Amino acid sequence: MNIFVCIKQVPDTETKITPKADGSFIETTSIKWIMNPYDEFAVEQALLTKQANSGSTVTVVRVGGVKDTEALRTALAMGADEAILVEGDDNLDSFMTAKAIKGAIEKSGKTPDVVFTGKQAIDDDCLQVPQLVAQMMDLPHVSVVVECNEEGGKYTLKREIEGGAMEVYEVNAPVVIACNKGLNTPRYASLPGIMKAKRKPLTQHSLADVGVSEDDRRVKYSGFQLPPEKPAGKKFDAMEEANQASIVADVVKLLREEAKVI
Amino acid sequence: MAKVLVLAEISGDTVKSVTYEILGKLTGHDVDVAAVGEVPAAAVTELAKYGAANVHSIKGLDNYSPEGYTNALKEFIGSNYDFVFGGATSLGKDLLPRLAGAFEAGLASDVTNFVMDGDNFSGTRPMFSGKCLAKVEISGPKPHFVSIRPNALGMPEAPTAGAGATNEVTGNAGNIRAAIKEIIKGASEKLDLTEANIIVSGGRAMKSAENFKILEELADVLGATVGASRAAVDSGYAAPSMQVGQTGKTVAPTLYIACGISGAIQHLAGMRTSKVIVAINTDADAPIFTKADYGIVGDLFQIVPILKDELKKVLG
Ligand SMILES: Cc1cc2nc3c(=O)[nH]c(=O)nc-3n(C[C@H](O)[C@H](O)[C@H](O)COP(=O)(O)OP(=O)(O)OC[C@H]3O[C@@H](n4cnc5c(N)ncnc54)[C@H](O)[C@@H]3O)c2cc1C
Repeated sequence: MNIFVCIKQVPDTETKITPKADGSFIETTSIKWIMNPYDEFAVEQALLTKQANSGSTVTVVRVGGVKDTEALRTALAMGADEAILVEGDDNLDSFMTAKAIKGAIEKSGKTPDVVFTGKQAIDDDCLQVPQLVAQMMDLPHVSVVVECNEEGGKYTLKREIEGGAMEVYEVNAPVVIACNKGLNTPRYASLPGIMKAKRKPLTQHSLADVGVSEDDRRVKYSGFQLPPEKPAGKKFDAMEEANQASIVADVVKLLREEAKVI
Repeated sequence: MAKVLVLAEISGDTVKSVTYEILGKLTGHDVDVAAVGEVPAAAVTELAKYGAANVHSIKGLDNYSPEGYTNALKEFIGSNYDFVFGGATSLGKDLLPRLAGAFEAGLASDVTNFVMDGDNFSGTRPMFSGKCLAKVEISGPKPHFVSIRPNALGMPEAPTAGAGATNEVTGNAGNIRAAIKEIIKGASEKLDLTEANIIVSGGRAMKSAENFKILEELADVLGATVGASRAAVDSGYAAPSMQVGQTGKTVAPTLYIACGISGAIQHLAGMRTSKVIVAINTDADAPIFTKADYGIVGDLFQIVPILKDELKKVLG
């Protein structure tokens, strides 16, 4: 089975984001980068699928900056077999990213049986790449997947919708599966895994190599700025039981008359 | 003037309110609405009130499927529209990227505000989990696609009515490879967190799943949906679908009541666009208080029941 996983490298969730002075993007120099948290579930699902289907290979694909290939090395250390990096700017749009992924998969010469992705990248929060990859490669997709069972190339997938409801899909490979939290418990990279990862193949392409140019840009971002700070709120001390009723009554009154939300 | 299509989601007689929010913001443009499935007369009347010129119902598709909806809508949209808007709902998030891809067109997703000046769209969207905002513009082939975060625009106050002419279209789903076999109902009949207007959330301080009952009771009085922090979910007090935050749901209610939640950066990421935030916490220095419009320093187990009773009185 040819198993592909798409991963993105994103700023650590604790990172303070600072817009560039000209608002063209964010400052990326002193950021700690991590693998997009949802992509960890995708890598784990790829490895589980490989374990269940002997003779399979897991190829990780990332589109992004070259400075730091940490996320790819992490995936290799977790157990992926090979990695492909498409060198691109940090501020590509979803269309360019998806097209680059498609190009990289095609260039690998392997026909995918399944492509795993995270349901969303936590930097641009666009939620577009899995669906775009599927559409561009003429594959079916299921997103926000919280349960994945595969048998003989037939997948039963649970997708989370509103109010905790689930849609259960049945689909034959090849398919694009966008993974959500709860799907599995991602393994840690072991020390031997990290050592082995260093010798695993990492192929590098430029955007041009995979057929992507600036003409493919569909969405342009600019004017990055911090959200406006809210004015300080009102705070009430209600630790003493004696005050509680009157404080709560005051807050309810404010919600009604000042904030007008109830 | 741009020709705009707004994709609506309708269940029973109810149109998702994000549709009205979008229509209100497009007043003065040439706007149609389309929905897959039946559009009941009451919904047509309502959509017309908010500005719909034509209301198209696309028949012949049973269950949702990303491929089937994409195929049918692609054929319907054709070259008739310059812009297609939809809600960033669970269906919209799944479908719109695929549909935009089918046109090789751009999609500005999860937009929280926008201006349409003639044929020019310029939007605002939170990025990096709401830690910053950016301006978003679309280029490339038409139609341009936009998805709007529910509750972000707010309901229009004085919309201009449209003609509300109805039209039925037979949709062609084409070849569906990923098909729904079954739909498992959720535990909650309430609005999803991502669409809820009021949210009552509990954190680690709730101490047990059982204790979430007091939040449910408060939520019932307010018509709210109950959410949770990751700590509460990881401790098994709340279901994973209830998690608000960076690795949970991004919410935009008008009122968010955080009970026993410290306000970690990853939690704030999911709820900072709430219009008004109330925090109840015993720790006067909890970071949540820096984001709260109204902070109550107190024990949630004492405050929440009083709050419930007070609201009951006031809301009748
Ligand atoms: C990659 C990553 C992703 C994450 N994603 C998310 C996410 O999506 N959502 C999320 O919520 N977290 C997320 N987290 C976790 C986050 O960092 C915090 O650990 C979590 O939000 C803490 O939850 P809490 O506020 O309920 O618990 P705590 O931080 O333990 O806070 C409990 C609070 O309750 C107060 N308290 C205690 N008793 C009472 C009482 N009787 N009455 C009133 N107040 C009381 C305490 O003073 C304290 O402030 C993520 C972390 C990482 C690393």
